[in-house]
Amino acid sequence: MPALLVSRPASCLVNPSPARKIQRLQALRLDALHKCLNPMTQSSVPDLLSETEDLVVRFAGDSGDGVQVVGQQYTLETALAGNDLATFPDFPAEIRAPAGTLFGVSAYQIHFGSRDIRTAGDDLDVLVAFNPAALKTNVGDLKPGGLLVIDTGAFNERSLKKADYDFDPLIDNRLDQWRVLAVDITAMTRAAVVDCGVSTREAARSKNFFALGLVLWLTSRHRETTREWMQGKFASSPAVLAANLAALDAGHAWGETAELPPEVGAVHVAPASLAEGTYRNINGTEALSFGLLTGARLAELELVYCSYPITPASNMLHALTQLAQYGVQTFQAEDEIAAACAALGASYGGSLGATGSSGPGLALKMETIGLAIGAELPMVIVNAQRGGPSTGLPTKTEQSDLFQAVLGRNADAPVAVVASRSAGDCFETAVEAVRLAVTYMTPVILLTDGYLANASEPWLIPDPRKLDSFKVAFHSDPEGFEPFSRDETTLARPWVKPGTPGLAHRIGGIERADGSGNISYDPDNHQLMTQLRRNKIDGIANDIPAQGYEFGDESDSTLIVGWGSTWGPIQSAVQQLRSTGMRVASTHLRHLWPLPANLGSMLEQFDRVIVPEMNDGQLVKLLRAQYAIDATGINKVAGQPFRIRELVESINKEVTT
Amino acid sequence: MNAPDATALKAKDFATDQEVRWCPGCGDYAILKTMRKTLAEIGANPDNTVFVSGIGCAARFPYYMATYGFHTIHGRAAAVATGLSLANDDLDVWVVSGDGDSLSIGANHLLHVLRRNVDVQYLLFNNEIYGLTKGQYSPTSRPGTRSPSSPTGSADAPVHAVSYALGCGASFVARAVDVGSAVLGDVLKRARDYRGASFVEILQNCIVYNDGIFDGLTDKKVLADNTVVARHGEKLLFGKDNERGLALSSGGFGIEVVTLGENGITVDDVLVHDETNPVLAGLLGKLGGPETPTVVGVIYCQPRATFADTRRDSSSVPSSERDVPDLSDLNAVFHAGTVWEVN
Repeated sequence: MPALLVSRPASCLVNPSPARKIQRLQALRLDALHKCLNPMTQSSVPDLLSETEDLVVRFAGDSGDGVQVVGQQYTLETALAGNDLATFPDFPAEIRAPAGTLFGVSAYQIHFGSRDIRTAGDDLDVLVAFNPAALKTNVGDLKPGGLLVIDTGAFNERSLKKADYDFDPLIDNRLDQWRVLAVDITAMTRAAVVDCGVSTREAARSKNFFALGLVLWLTSRHRETTREWMQGKFASSPAVLAANLAALDAGHAWGETAELPPEVGAVHVAPASLAEGTYRNINGTEALSFGLLTGARLAELELVYCSYPITPASNMLHALTQLAQYGVQTFQAEDEIAAACAALGASYGGSLGATGSSGPGLALKMETIGLAIGAELPMVIVNAQRGGPSTGLPTKTEQSDLFQAVLGRNADAPVAVVASRSAGDCFETAVEAVRLAVTYMTPVILLTDGYLANASEPWLIPDPRKLDSFKVAFHSDPEGFEPFSRDETTLARPWVKPGTPGLAHRIGGIERADGSGNISYDPDNHQLMTQLRRNKIDGIANDIPAQGYEFGDESDSTLIVGWGSTWGPIQSAVQQLRSTGMRVASTHLRHLWPLPANLGSMLEQFDRVIVPEMNDGQLVKLLRAQYAIDATGINKVAGQPFRIRELVESINKEVTT
Repeated sequence: MNAPDATALKAKDFATDQEVRWCPGCGDYAILKTMRKTLAEIGANPDNTVFVSGIGCAARFPYYMATYGFHTIHGRAAAVATGLSLANDDLDVWVVSGDGDSLSIGANHLLHVLRRNVDVQYLLFNNEIYGLTKGQYSPTSRPGTRSPSSPTGSADAPVHAVSYALGCGASFVARAVDVGSAVLGDVLKRARDYRGASFVEILQNCIVYNDGIFDGLTDKKVLADNTVVARHGEKLLFGKDNERGLALSSGGFGIEVVTLGENGITVDDVLVHDETNPVLAGLLGKLGGPETPTVVGVIYCQPRATFADTRRDSSSVPSSERDVPDLSDLNAVFHAGTVWEVN
């Protein structure tokens, strides 16, 4: 044992204060408990169980500690236990930050429950800290009385110093307000894998799975799916596989047999009542990729996704590259501009061109988007927003590209803009983006963010055969053909594939004459074309659902207007406030441009309109400009999603002042 | 399909009803004329031909060709054409660009379209000046070029288009002169027949802002003394009576100009052009200027797998072979991994 820890009585140390037990952890009689158990979990339910409605667990450690992988496996086991859930992976921009540093801490948070779960949770019930830096940067989020699992094996003079600790947090009652389970995970992992044929160094790397095993036991989850996953993942290295399996089992067994004090007993969260159907766990990146592919297939087009690596959008390129056999081509371009241009070139050629990026990358694509607006070609641009300006906070989330998406081009250049509200919603939003792009012959910007890109939730898998088709009809009739004639309803121009007999024509970035598309510098024509382009996009408002309420209606006095990934915390906050009697309603926008046709009249019904956003006030300005209403903003730009509590407080403050 | 009888088309059938808006006397007229004539001669199908351009005087080219055309944005034609080839690699795609478009703002895309060997003909009209913006020096301007943005003469070392293309890994590199329609026509035909990215530098006179810089290559009195027409397998001879030639410089790695009959030089000392030799291509491409003749014709041609070829190898099912209109195949995508039922 490290010198600093010699005073420790054993590898297990539990803060004895009974008053610090989580209040929600109510012991249930076993017979009552079994009624609500998922049959899958019955076999290994510990004897002493506390029941809770929801639980927030966070794993935190070095970026090299395997925290994300453990979080993902824990999520899967939790989903299989039938809970609703939301996750929040949070990692540094550095791939392998120097070990033990504060800035190198990687974390994975999951909130799961027997009820609707909309956010990854405000405060933690359980924190697993793999080293002093992880403890220091995360323990402030742990509820008083929350369970703190610490790997004491990672605590020594050097690691404490790296974490800027000038004292040992494990002694002198520094952690008194939490229930501490201090375990030498490193040493116990080494002992567990001693016969597996791995080196001492490799042995210690399995400690994340020991911790996973322990937390799975503490929260009454199975580990079979993780064992199966390991068989595949580590198939090429039998010794590592054996070590990881041994560590996982050892962690679980240790929890079961260590005769932990009652305060640390296992807890149980009953399955949630989700709608019937087949589910999988999905993150925003996967859902977007599936959505783009599905949208293209509904349009009966090949999807050509062109991208340049950028955090956090790169994973879409990876995900879509796996789907080649379903009608996707991916192309890693030489830069952001080329990615946009290649996507546009593909659309010109009769495929669905799409590109994806993040804030600064979107800026580079803007001239191309302008060309797509002028040439009136479809294109989908996904922007996973992140903190900015410039490189900003590449791995942190923000909603600060709304202006860039709606307004950020030279000249009068309207596009359609949509935003996803949750990981699963990325699927539907992507399908909608494709529909708008091909129906209106326009670029569509789809806004997600760093949180959505990585966050995951259970997804009710749709039946692709039941989705509404919007098959593209390419124009092929030479009779009276004009490249810039318009559909009466949509104002879209005809889409002609190069190679179509008898329809050879020229398009480009110079202003096009109405109808013929020939170069035109005529002042009246430019006025007309500008109006046509504007009216075409404005007309989308008649082709989208009327804006409805998430909670409440016009009989309430305050309306909360949200968009994007803040949906979870906003609706949870509104639900809480309504339960206290506050007359607050909420609505959440998917279509940011054009805005829904009925939004203006909706806003007029309320005494007060409040717009929470993870930016310095963008939608609020847009609404004020568009409807001349007196909306106020609640704004957060901390690189982290809103907490429900923050919103409850801010809304309360707005309403009561 | 009601494809027109393309062989019957004449050069004028490739002209559009749009008024050509280049300055009178611009070298672009000569290139346009040769292009129309060449497409007619080879029986190109206008419905299957696409001209993609960036920005600049040259980039107006698509508006004057009765084919499909896309006038895009500055420097990015290569990237748009790459995307077009992703959607449809059966089209005959020509990229038309200038020295600013290709070697300043778009040099990155030129690099990548060449190294990827995308099946396009990439024409770089090099007039060594920014014409459309009224005469600033360009990346290919000769040192000392006086212009509105370099009144005392430009200082930047010029980039050499052919050397750049070779350095980018181009598999087909050629050069021609705007009014040299015989060589230009031959080069355009070779470029079009070539599968892969064929790069063609066309030396083009800007009559307004850089007039006369290529006179040595266009003036009938002297052009034979200043131009070597490279033909694969033939001696690299030039001069009015083919009295001079290119030979390996004695004791070095360069090329020197020799005169037959002088210092015991015979035709046997003159190099035979081998367009598959990249080292020779590098040496020939660099020639030109006051001391040495400029080499035109196909300087380098060494076929290799095209962009589409390599992508076909790596993707499992071409879209044309997939026919699942009801999307039921997507179930396999959605259900991959762990799923569970809620009843």
